[in-house]
Amino acid sequence: MLNFVARRLGQSAVLVLIMSALVFVGMYVVSDPVAVLAGEDFTEEDRVALAQELGVDRPLILQYAAFLGNVVRGDFGTSFVYNRPVLELILERLPATLEVAFFAMFIGLVVGIPLGVYSGLNQKKPATKVISFSTTVGYSIPNFWQGVLLIMLFSVWLQVLPASGRGDTTQIFGVGWSIFSLDGLSHLMLPALNLAIYTICLQARLARSGTQEVMYQDYMTFARAKGISRERIVRRHLVRNILIPIVTITGLQLGGLIAFATVTETVFSWPGIGKLLLDSIHNSDRPVVVAYLILITLMFVTINFVVDVLYALLDPRIRYT
Amino acid sequence: MPADATTTDVDSALKAEAQEPSFAQKFWKVFRGHPAALAGLIGIIVFVLLAIFAPVIAPQDPYDQTQLDILDGLLPPGSQLWDGTPSVLGTDALGRDILSAVLYGLRISLFVALVAVIVGSAIGVFMGLLAAMKGGWVETVIMRTVDLKMSFPGILLALMVLAVFGTGIDKVIIALIIGAWASEARLVRAVALSELKKEYIDAARLAGLSDWRIMGRFLFPNSISPVLVVLPMSISGAIGAEATLSFLGVGVPITEPSLGLLIANGNDYILSGKWWISLFPGLVLVGLVLCINVVADRLRDHANPYLRGKD
Repeated sequence: MLNFVARRLGQSAVLVLIMSALVFVGMYVVSDPVAVLAGEDFTEEDRVALAQELGVDRPLILQYAAFLGNVVRGDFGTSFVYNRPVLELILERLPATLEVAFFAMFIGLVVGIPLGVYSGLNQKKPATKVISFSTTVGYSIPNFWQGVLLIMLFSVWLQVLPASGRGDTTQIFGVGWSIFSLDGLSHLMLPALNLAIYTICLQARLARSGTQEVMYQDYMTFARAKGISRERIVRRHLVRNILIPIVTITGLQLGGLIAFATVTETVFSWPGIGKLLLDSIHNSDRPVVVAYLILITLMFVTINFVVDVLYALLDPRIRYT
Repeated sequence: MPADATTTDVDSALKAEAQEPSFAQKFWKVFRGHPAALAGLIGIIVFVLLAIFAPVIAPQDPYDQTQLDILDGLLPPGSQLWDGTPSVLGTDALGRDILSAVLYGLRISLFVALVAVIVGSAIGVFMGLLAAMKGGWVETVIMRTVDLKMSFPGILLALMVLAVFGTGIDKVIIALIIGAWASEARLVRAVALSELKKEYIDAARLAGLSDWRIMGRFLFPNSISPVLVVLPMSISGAIGAEATLSFLGVGVPITEPSLGLLIANGNDYILSGKWWISLFPGLVLVGLVLCINVVADRLRDHANPYLRGKD
């Protein structure tokens, strides 16, 4: 087992290294930071001085080595645009992204699972047809246009929810949160809902197929034969058994939600790391783009690693080789 | 006489069996009795025809700057342009007729998605066949790369590619190809591995055919059908992905707007009540994706042996 963990850990480290090298070289080849930063009145000497100051006059491999050394010490460089340490910028905006992603996940689970269990148990009812049609449509609507529609409906026509920004934030542990004030919550609603609709559809489908599978198991028949109430069977026997795959997918999907928050943050001007990434791509702010991509790679590799190890622990059929 | 009759019965039965149903017959069998899927198929045909004949149907050429008049800007649906052309769906801030822009945008969206999926699938099929055929380190490298690709959300990978290469139609297609090939490779490898155990492959090997020939002549045609089944799903996925990237401003250029970019342009005017600029491109986009998804679902169910006969 230890061997397996060590091997997977080694593989993950190699993966992060490869991705960081690809991203770094890619960004180096494409954008010339001197051209981005230099003013119109810069002389050739000024340009050389600037290149020296940024360290981009050295060979690529040395730049990459210096970059890696700095990254290990937690230094991702300084943003060209904001003129502040990149890590600070990203950490500052991370709570906003996490807030909307977790809130969306919460809505997705609370709404999606009951819908799925209901349609699994009542396959012939008209409400089930409506749910199944809605989830197909929910899958087909591109996330960004769905956001545009939500703004049209709730902000322009009904004028009940604000369309952009975070609203009032409450400071807790030095970090601002929108969810604890009424104004902040109203700003959080639309982005979270936009992000949640896909999760609702996914969880409803998972819960439905899980329910249809579990429903005909022997222990369900046995529970019914014992005369246990329908409500108790559903809660104690059915939901608990369909939760296993749902927990797995939820864990894996959290990373996807954070990545997909990029779209939602752009539509609703939500100041999270996804919007930071896009702004930085538009501004050719190389250090921010590189740092974001490396950090997000690290996050995904960690999630996959944890899931793999958990699987190996839970499922004896997986060989530790 | 009775003997003769039996012979003819057997003969006709044999003939009927030998006569494979034509492609059109097979095709019809998939959609018969499924009105939603049939509607989706008709929808797809209509969208494709609209895209092909856009220059003929559209009242205006939205790429021709000289045809645009700033005085026509932000007209609501049902207005008339300066030169008297009716503008059924209104105009955007530049005075571009939305109907024309949507028709041309549909062209770009379909073109980008089709090219990306066809090239991406071809690469995926080749990689999958190669991995199954060669085994060893070739298989390890290909399948580890597939794992690597599959562990990232597609949108992130595409953003990564576009951040590195810059934007433009060709760059979007590259980003989508990189996103498309891996799942196809995994699928084809799995099928090819089980095909490789069959006798006709042994026979081909004994006949002294080379690996490449076996791959091209025998393995490829026998492993391709699952990819064809998921192809529509890949296309609708690519249409959505291209629209998302263009909406984010890292996709197609402003001079050749796809549906996604048209929606992004309209997004700036929503809060001032100009809803038509982004609503109509969005409706066309969702309609197109929905039609393809309904057909894709039907194809998948039809190909699934467990569901066969239940429909």
